[in-house]
Amino acid sequence: MIEVTRHDIVIVGGGAAGLRAAIAACEIDPGASIALVSKVYPMRSHTVSAEGGAAAVAREDDNFEMHGYDTVKGSDFLGDQDVIQYFVEQAPRELTLLEHWGCPWSRNEDGTVATRAFGGMSTKRTWYATDKVGFHMLHALFQHSLRFDNIVRYDEHFATKLLVDGGVVRGVAALDVRTGVVRVVLGRAVIMATGGAGKIFPFTTNGNIKTGDGMALAYRAGVALKDMEFIQYHPTGLPGTGILITEATRGEGGYVINSEGERFLATRDYGVGTKAELGPRDMISRAIIQEIEAGRGISGPYGEYVYLDLRHLGEAKIVARLPMVREISKIYIGVDPVYEPIPIRPVVHYMMGGIDTDITAATSLPGLYAAGEVASASLNGSNRLGSNSLTECLVFGASAGRNAMAFAEGSSEGSEDALRREGEEEAARIVALRGKQKGGEKLSRIRSDLHKTMESGCGVYRTQEAMNETARTVAQLRGRYADIALEDSSTVFNTELIAALEMGNMLDVAEAVANSAASRNESRGAHTRRDVPNRDDQNFLYHTLCYFDPAGPRLGKKDVTLGHWEPEERKY
Amino acid sequence: MSDGQQKKTFVITRFDPDRDDAPRKQAYEIPVHPDWKVLDALNFIKDEIDATLSHRWSCRMAVCGSCGMMVDGEPRLTCKEALSQYGDTVDVAPLANFPVVRDLVIEADGFMEKLTHVKPWIIRAKELAVEEGPMRQSPAELEEFKQFSMCINCMLCYSACPVVANEPEFIGPAAIALGHRYSLDSRDEGAADRNEIFRGEGTVFSCSFANECSEVCPKHVDPAAAVNQAKLNAVIDWATSLVLPRGGDK
Ligand SMILES: Cc1cc2nc3c(=O)[nH]c(=O)nc-3n(C[C@H](O)[C@H](O)[C@H](O)COP(=O)(O)OP(=O)(O)OC[C@H]3O[C@@H](n4cnc5c(N)ncnc54)[C@H](O)[C@@H]3O)c2cc1C
Ligand code: SF4
Ligand code: FES
Repeated sequence: MIEVTRHDIVIVGGGAAGLRAAIAACEIDPGASIALVSKVYPMRSHTVSAEGGAAAVAREDDNFEMHGYDTVKGSDFLGDQDVIQYFVEQAPRELTLLEHWGCPWSRNEDGTVATRAFGGMSTKRTWYATDKVGFHMLHALFQHSLRFDNIVRYDEHFATKLLVDGGVVRGVAALDVRTGVVRVVLGRAVIMATGGAGKIFPFTTNGNIKTGDGMALAYRAGVALKDMEFIQYHPTGLPGTGILITEATRGEGGYVINSEGERFLATRDYGVGTKAELGPRDMISRAIIQEIEAGRGISGPYGEYVYLDLRHLGEAKIVARLPMVREISKIYIGVDPVYEPIPIRPVVHYMMGGIDTDITAATSLPGLYAAGEVASASLNGSNRLGSNSLTECLVFGASAGRNAMAFAEGSSEGSEDALRREGEEEAARIVALRGKQKGGEKLSRIRSDLHKTMESGCGVYRTQEAMNETARTVAQLRGRYADIALEDSSTVFNTELIAALEMGNMLDVAEAVANSAASRNESRGAHTRRDVPNRDDQNFLYHTLCYFDPAGPRLGKKDVTLGHWEPEERKY
Repeated sequence: MSDGQQKKTFVITRFDPDRDDAPRKQAYEIPVHPDWKVLDALNFIKDEIDATLSHRWSCRMAVCGSCGMMVDGEPRLTCKEALSQYGDTVDVAPLANFPVVRDLVIEADGFMEKLTHVKPWIIRAKELAVEEGPMRQSPAELEEFKQFSMCINCMLCYSACPVVANEPEFIGPAAIALGHRYSLDSRDEGAADRNEIFRGEGTVFSCSFANECSEVCPKHVDPAAAVNQAKLNAVIDWATSLVLPRGGDK
């Protein structure tokens, strides 16, 4: 029924964070056996879609203090300051390594790496490879990883459960999508690098695979999910599809305009000061919603929107710096930005929250590490600055790889019998779900109801009542999920089964988001309440923790690490 | 979905090795939206009509390379192609020239092995230390290989290639383009290694200049140009190596 394999460490996820972790582990011990489990081939990971760039101090006029201050201010002072300092110091090193591994960074005339402006960053520190940065970084990492034959890939394997014995994580159960076999992939430490969970919302820049699986697996294993209420809306998504138009458009000088052709970020007071279009994402997304509410939006078949105007940049600059934006706009909305402004509206983009990790990428569960979007190392606090997260994947991916290897060194293998039994139970659960005929609920209906409630309760603007309602609805959806009926009983590439497993994970994540949100009685960063418009450091300068409990989620608190920068009012 | 709804019929190749002996065709008539891509129709069928349909997709923005299929007989990225350009009946089949796993899902492991075979990574006699900082590369040097680095591994070019059709072991357009991409990179010193690989059987010299690969490539990589250049380099390198013990590096 199950097949057992053994490695030194197991990494779940083949995006930027997972690949960087695997390479770091190889650097430590080229003889170690590193399992890399991914539900899609690594180069399909959603890192591939990142467009704008990756931040690290590179120029003479920049320094760690400035990058750190921008980040902590962007986080609305909910970022952990030791983590931020570690991050900014490691960042240039990590992007340099990517350069050595072949990433085709765009260049200045003298051959040095070029940098561009990004929202909330006080100087040009975002490294880029035109506007296909995630694509180039992911392929450079993946192709570099191919040289290590001790990385054993489990491509198209869907991890469903963390295997724990004696209080220590010892591996994962993973469904081989192509054969339907459940594998017990054992290692003396496990790294979660499964990315974000944008798919719990209807309108998102995230691809189909971003269903928060790793968050749910850790949550079910008793690890807290931290700061889940903070969902980043990116100001510029295409109406209808939610496909992203990168912030690099504004970094390169693009304008956001309303139906009257007014550059409202420059002319009205939305808190972004002279930064205007280069303000942070949370503020710009709120400004756009307010413009639309004031009747200065444009209506279209997919709701109201405003415009992103690049025409004044000229064709040459658009072709040289933003070729993907032009390609995407033409294909997906029929607009050539050289001649017409692009319709845009705020769109769910990124999870600041995730598995609670510390500065070493470790979780509270011995043997479990996490890095990338799945983790919440508290770099981003309540609002991430654009271009910090690709770098975060590298910095904390590398540290997870190194620290997991060190942990594995001193850890034992656990009881194979017990782990095998756990794997068999998991296999039985999956077999029972596959093609499960008894039930009255349809997967696609649960998905659309989840989408509706998440958007209404946990959108850009929130109220206590709406958040409570969403938390209740998600709890009901759990009940309905238990009653789903499935049609596909095939063992081979059963994507309905995968979607059902993903739905279970999304409900866990949605539960944590809604309940964490309902508990934060202030407005901070991306968590903006109409009924409580101000930040309240007296009572809420802490991280929210959310623990799984069959009776309903339990909430806790964790201190924010301060010490270097004094929290102040966030004004630009 | 609104009024005056247009309909189209999708004739989809189905195959489940658990129960079918051979592939079969199944037709679905569905209402379509004027903005839809081909992929949207497949997702509609999967969500609303037949949950057993299997296909791969993720980014829906033409960059992850998952969703390649034969649409009316041509290899296409289904998330990129507007439905409006097709007639009332659209035929969708798995990518040609690959073994089929199920329905529209093809076996991609062979491609992954071919990719690894060309050593698509920076090779240097002596690895740089990170403390040395980024290497310099002029914009012109970057231009040398940039186009060949745009490959999203969608494998459409393998479906279009007449050589792959006859000789499945042929290492194929994308793998050659990616190997060649590194050889052209000013930071790399591995061209001689790769030239040796390219002189092996089933690589550049198997190519018959059909150019089909470049025509179907959704990212304008022009793999045919890469194959031709790689071929030339492999020959020059070999000729030089007769004179010098190990030359031919750029
Ligand atoms: C459109 C877009 C543009 C962006 N642009 C930028 C930008 O310009 N700059 C920036 O800094 N950030 C950007 N971001 C954010 C950034 O790209 C992501 O946060 C980051 O790439 C996440 O990387 P990751 O490695 O954590 O996860 P991912 O790249 O999402 O990879 C997750 C991996 O986990 C695997 N996985 C997931 N679940 C399972 C499971 N159950 N079993 C097995 N494997 C599993 C997947 O197969 C995949 O390999 C952007 C995000 C989006 C969506
Ligand atoms: S060369 Fe073009 S067609 Fe071939 S795999 Fe790469 S992107 Fe796809
Ligand atoms: S779904 Fe990613 S390329 Fe089509």
